[in-house]
Amino acid sequence: MPPAIVEVVGVKKSFERNEVLRGVSFRLDKGETLVIMGGSGSGKTVLLRHIAGLMRPDAGEVRVFGGNIERLSEESLLPIRRRMGYVFQGAALFDSLSVHENVAFPLREHTSLGERQIRERVAHVLSLVGLGDDVLPLLPSELSGGMRKRVGIARSLVIEPELMLFDEPTAGLDPTNSKMVAELILELKRGPCDTSVVVTHDVELARTVADRLAILMDGRFAAMGRPDEVMTSGEPAVQAFLAGEAR
Amino acid sequence: MDTYLRSTVIWYGGVGLLTIQVLRSLALPPKYLRLIVNEFEVMGVRSLGVALTAAVFTGMVFAIQSAVNMARFGAEAYVGPLAALAILRELGPVLTAILVGGKVASGITAELGSMRVTEQIDALRTLGVNYIKRLIVPRVVAALVVFPLLTILADVLGVVGGMVIMYVERGADMYQYWNVTTYWVVPRDFLMGIGKSFFFGGIVTLIGCYNGLATTGGTEGLGRATTATVVHVTMGVIVSDFFLTKIMLMIFW
Repeated sequence: MPPAIVEVVGVKKSFERNEVLRGVSFRLDKGETLVIMGGSGSGKTVLLRHIAGLMRPDAGEVRVFGGNIERLSEESLLPIRRRMGYVFQGAALFDSLSVHENVAFPLREHTSLGERQIRERVAHVLSLVGLGDDVLPLLPSELSGGMRKRVGIARSLVIEPELMLFDEPTAGLDPTNSKMVAELILELKRGPCDTSVVVTHDVELARTVADRLAILMDGRFAAMGRPDEVMTSGEPAVQAFLAGEAR
Repeated sequence: MDTYLRSTVIWYGGVGLLTIQVLRSLALPPKYLRLIVNEFEVMGVRSLGVALTAAVFTGMVFAIQSAVNMARFGAEAYVGPLAALAILRELGPVLTAILVGGKVASGITAELGSMRVTEQIDALRTLGVNYIKRLIVPRVVAALVVFPLLTILADVLGVVGGMVIMYVERGADMYQYWNVTTYWVVPRDFLMGIGKSFFFGGIVTLIGCYNGLATTGGTEGLGRATTATVVHVTMGVIVSDFFLTKIMLMIFW
């Protein structure tokens, strides 16, 4: 069996006295899309941050691209992070830089591409998220929430990562934009960046993109499996959660 | 009391750790050199007005206060060296560090703090960028150059301001004033002040950066962090000035 892209084993994390993750384990293979759902404050984002090495677990292991990352220094994490893209819930665009500079930022940092090639790459990834050249000179403060989010996705895609981590990619988007994001995630599966972890509240998105669906409750996965299996599982807590979310 | 003690220990530890991280990351890629140049402009050029105005007026007030009071025991001729020693050894470096430091460091805290609360620093990290090298080291390096340079200018204007006011107000002979001053003041007096300003630049910038990076609690927390920086910088300069002076007097006197 080839090594997993992400393997999380018994991860625990507490803040002060609040136990957020109480032993989460899963494995993500190449080409898979794992959707993690759970109520607000259930620790979905915390789990995602562990995969990117932005947080260290209190206990347990996090293996990414075949190597343990939970004890690595910030410096040794950098080359691993360059192989993944992280889409923040609030987009986290650099607010003093224009859209063009934001999306070009990873290219300028990590490649020696010329200005013309950078312009082409930026235009290409922006077109993937449905944005045209007209937004290039704008500052993040001049964009709508949905546009900001799409620029954030474009920025994380521009260096062609092998693993994408999406934190609530459709939160705050209108149905058209949400559908576009879902289609983009499906589209990515056909390219080199075919492995993703998606954290979301959006049942519709989960249904559309998930190869596997996991429900995070009380710091553990209450259910994990194919989306149709999970959605029709007999677990009362899972059903109650899905009914609440779908309402 | 317990939480106060705990947060104090965490603060000192945090600033110490940041200092170590900065020292370890001093080797910057060439493309970041322009960030240092940019900071020269932000920290240095934009602080000239504040630093130099304060220096001129401090030099003038020190000279006329000394003149009036030293005249009481017939020592008005020594106002020049007294004012110059006070400015070169203490007032120049300390006032520059407090004024420019407060302005620069609170700006850094506000900028890094808002980057922290809007996850822009985490975004840098996920993009595989060493945020210490990108955000902190250029500022610290620039401060190590800018603070001594500003202090040199403040020293000059303070001393000259004192001399001019003595001529205007007390009818002092400028030629004689200058001669007495340069007879008593030696390069060591000037260099000790500049040496301190080098340390002040580092301390002030590290405090500003740490408070920005450690910001929590959204916009309200950002306000608290910025205010705290002004207090920490002022206290940091005043307290470290005493210890630096003590050490320098032991070594160089």
